[in-house]
Amino acid sequence: MLSLYHDARSPVHALPAGAKLLTLFAVGTGLFFVRSLPGLGITLAVVVALYAVARVPWRTAWGQLRPVLPFTALILVAQLVLTDWRTAVLVGVRILVLVLLANLVTLTTRTSAMITAIEVALGPLRPLGVRPERVGLLVALTIRFIPVIKEQADQVRAAQKARGVERSFAFLTPLLIKTLRLADGLGEALDARGLDAEPPRRRS
Amino acid sequence: MIPANRPGISGGAQGKGSGVRTKDIALIALFAAIMVVLGFFPLIELPLVPAPFTSQTLGVILAGSILGARRGGLAILLFVVLVLVGLPVLPGGRGGLGVVLGPTGGFILAYPVGAFVVGLLTERLWRRYNLGVALLCNAVGGALVLYVIGIPWMAVAAGLPLGRAITSSVVFLPGDAIKVVIGSLAAVAVRRAYPLIEPRAEVAR
Repeated sequence: MLSLYHDARSPVHALPAGAKLLTLFAVGTGLFFVRSLPGLGITLAVVVALYAVARVPWRTAWGQLRPVLPFTALILVAQLVLTDWRTAVLVGVRILVLVLLANLVTLTTRTSAMITAIEVALGPLRPLGVRPERVGLLVALTIRFIPVIKEQADQVRAAQKARGVERSFAFLTPLLIKTLRLADGLGEALDARGLDAEPPRRRS
Repeated sequence: MIPANRPGISGGAQGKGSGVRTKDIALIALFAAIMVVLGFFPLIELPLVPAPFTSQTLGVILAGSILGARRGGLAILLFVVLVLVGLPVLPGGRGGLGVVLGPTGGFILAYPVGAFVVGLLTERLWRRYNLGVALLCNAVGGALVLYVIGIPWMAVAAGLPLGRAITSSVVFLPGDAIKVVIGSLAAVAVRRAYPLIEPRAEVAR
């Protein structure tokens, strides 16, 4: 599976993932306190400039932004009906800035760096029994399982079509039962590879 | 192959003290993958309507009602992690932080909570589980919980009054009703063939 990451060399790419994420959340929260249109306009200009610095092609940036646009347009219309044009523009630009900045972080940060950032963030939860080092393993397993599940779903659907079953979600129950059977074997395979073994501890 | 995990035969998710067993890890990753694959099958294709009109909330219902609160919630949490780290696992190949922080992101963040609640209710009512009970559990966890988190999020992001956001969310109801019914039928059928959940005490003794 291809990640949304866009590979390039830039200062934005070089920033540590944690720093980018913290900035994103700080800006995301701060945005809700900006009530002035010029202020928001400047923020938008800065974010667009960051795209240029990060050397993300406009086509890629647009492709990431486009899915949010219809819904943002609906919100704009609702705002125009309910309030005034100023609030409508304020809300619209705020959504654009937030989504653009968030997309920029996604486009310039490798999936592996993002996973590491999540593992670090989960570190403090270790005393509660959380095992942050499992995040990477689970993500890798899931990516590996997606084509397996897709193929099983296609098989079940093809078999049902051959028998004349036309209900579109009739494939769910057989797919689920096949998947649960698969889990039995996978659990044993993971055990055999020593997944649950405690990491070696240093003697004190 | 004989299912080794019939309730009462081997230790369940909450047995043996610590952590998640290896088979649970496989189940969690498999259901996260099912959640992704469900995104390939659109429930109703409407060009203009965004995220919530997908069959992925079906995955929330299935994870909770088949795996239970803990494993189901973790499976869907894992799916949200996939979205957050920038994998295109949402319908239409979308993903990344932008979708989550956008106006409909609250629904995505609510998915794991929804799966957990579905699982919790299912565990409590496991002994007398039937289609009616399934519909109830899944409507609460797979729809109501998502609204309770997703709609206020949308109201804040869109700067709309809450009442207005609620009335405009009525468009999700028919699709969600269909998903609750499909999910409940599958949950009841799977329970009969392959029960994985261990019932919890229905009332605290």
